[in-house]
Amino acid sequence: MPIKTRMSGNEAVAHAIKQINPDVMPAFPITPSTEIPQFVASMIANGEIDTEFIPVESEHSAMSAAMGASAAGARAVTATSSCGMALMWEVLYVAASSRLPIVMALVNRGLTGPLNINAEHSDSMGARDSGWIQIYAENNQEVYDNFLQAHRIAEHKDVRLPVMICQDGFITSHAVQNITLWEDQAIRDFVGEYQPEHYLLREDEAMAVGPYALSPYCMEAKKAQAEAMKRAKQVILDVADGFEKITGRHYGLFEEYRLEDAEYAVVAMGSVCGTVKDAVDAMREQGRKVGLLKLRVFRPFPGREIGAALRHCKAIAIMDRSESYSSQGGPLGAEVTAALYRAKASAETVNIMYGLSGRDVRVEEIRGIFEELEKLAAGEVSYPEYPYLGLRDGTEDLLNR
Amino acid sequence: MEQKAFQFREIQARQERLAPGHRMCAGCGGSIAVRNVLKALHPGDKAVVGNATGCLEVSTYMYPYTAYEDSYIHSAFENAGATLSGVETAYRVLKKKGKISSEYKFITFGGDGGTYDIGLQSLSGAMERGHDMVYVCYDNGAYMNTGTQRSSATPMYADTTTTPSGTVSQGKPQARKDLAGILAAHNIPYVGQTTFIGNMKDLYVKSERAIYTPGAAFLNVLAPCPRGWKYNAPDLMEICKLAVETCYWPLFEVIDGKWILNYKPSHKLPLEDFLRKQGRFQHLFQPGGEPFLQAFQEEVDRRWEELLARCGE
Repeated sequence: MPIKTRMSGNEAVAHAIKQINPDVMPAFPITPSTEIPQFVASMIANGEIDTEFIPVESEHSAMSAAMGASAAGARAVTATSSCGMALMWEVLYVAASSRLPIVMALVNRGLTGPLNINAEHSDSMGARDSGWIQIYAENNQEVYDNFLQAHRIAEHKDVRLPVMICQDGFITSHAVQNITLWEDQAIRDFVGEYQPEHYLLREDEAMAVGPYALSPYCMEAKKAQAEAMKRAKQVILDVADGFEKITGRHYGLFEEYRLEDAEYAVVAMGSVCGTVKDAVDAMREQGRKVGLLKLRVFRPFPGREIGAALRHCKAIAIMDRSESYSSQGGPLGAEVTAALYRAKASAETVNIMYGLSGRDVRVEEIRGIFEELEKLAAGEVSYPEYPYLGLRDGTEDLLNR
Repeated sequence: MEQKAFQFREIQARQERLAPGHRMCAGCGGSIAVRNVLKALHPGDKAVVGNATGCLEVSTYMYPYTAYEDSYIHSAFENAGATLSGVETAYRVLKKKGKISSEYKFITFGGDGGTYDIGLQSLSGAMERGHDMVYVCYDNGAYMNTGTQRSSATPMYADTTTTPSGTVSQGKPQARKDLAGILAAHNIPYVGQTTFIGNMKDLYVKSERAIYTPGAAFLNVLAPCPRGWKYNAPDLMEICKLAVETCYWPLFEVIDGKWILNYKPSHKLPLEDFLRKQGRFQHLFQPGGEPFLQAFQEEVDRRWEELLARCGE
């Protein structure tokens, strides 16, 4: 049964954790994800769930303890942001290569330099090669829904990889929105009991985790991990189908918003997609053929599917909320452009850097981007480099040159 | 805690939990520490063994072979404390939920690099949270896995690859960190310091106490390294004995905050007797080394007196 209410993105994750009732949650506070362990600790204090909370002394220890708990045979979750995940970095790789189905709520915030606590994807984008599945959300509803699907994906025998459920710091984590929850029993039935095959505390066998592997064996381990990531794509879709049967809410690898006949498209992830949809709707009313590809699953990267979905477009703007300091754009720009090349797409592309450190993005700016795309397709403008959107110094800005 | 009398034959007859065939060096104290600590597990009790990255890890669990008869987990260099605290927490919750019924013990091993230095925070956190586990440091006094770089456990004046002795250097300028004291300050129920003496009774008794004391326990085991200390491998036991008889490495326990001295030499030997057998101190025995030997002796004396005072001796 649907339950209509309102809550923040952090509350939505905490509510999902309450319904899942995982075994172990190690966590260390960091803005803007701090509320998640606080809410969970309160639920434990009031006897609402029987999760064991480990108040670790750092995020490195949070991921290490999550790894230990998961290897021991427990369902383990954690939550963090930004520098917190940066401190976990080493163990992210160890957990993924140990094939441990840990689920992490990542509230995206920029990595320090300068110190800033607002939304940016530099934390998760930096960890894009760590072997974690990454699923992004536009709003609170999607955060809740994605988190409920995460364990099923992570624990699937074809996958056995950790999953991070990403949401934009403050914009999604703290803003209170309408949300439709689902009743506890239906969620528990959907998520199911965790039944690992091999684990440290299995009483009838001993198990060793985390070997030193020399060159004759190590490469095969990495290949097996890469194959699991490829298989995750189908599992993500299958789990989404099961979720839709209960809730009626549909999820794919990405959402195509008025994209079918669009000539000009924006590709983006996270909360900015709501802003893009507003701009698309307004411009569609004027008869402009514009659309959005909202990427939900960044790892595994659905390159072939993205290429097919955008192949008909004349010009595409790829929006990055993370600098990679490569001098030629951001990570989403690089991967989407490669997908378009492989799809033999002929669209013009521009990779736009936006919203860094929580810089606001307005509907008018997205309209401006679509107008730029029309000029780009007509050969009236060109972008030798990747432009920034919304800079204080207008002369450097995409829309104020 | 019930502790049976030390029965040497019965203990030696127990099944080895660290199987032979691992790749640790001949004359290595680390493998002796692990083998004997695990012998203190009562027959029939299950365990999960943790491990920080180091010589021990790369020599005992090299894929596809493991030397451990019990379940084992290694994650990284600096997180053995946190990793095992996750395992122990999982045990408690799975037991509470009725998913497992066996008794498990949790023991993790780290060298001094993974314990005194890079893993100190993780160790401190795990101990402070009071997980029912034992952290065993096999202290060989340098980063031996990477080739004998100094650690905060390295004794003063030792020649290491990052504190080499030379024409204007006498080796490591600083004295070693008092890790057992730091752990005692965590107010955990059990801290023990030991090494290999005689028939290993001291190591056994302290291991059993550490493993079977409810809550967090820490054991510091002096575990000589023939490559880093530069000694003749068969001299291992003699060197350990001299470490104790010179009061360089006193045997003591801190039980529920009470400091207990386990052994007081009737004739305290000069520190030189311990140092002379080790290549890493040979520069101190060259002309001009006397003031440094004297300074080192004074440091050992000061710490010994401090320990006697703590133990009420």
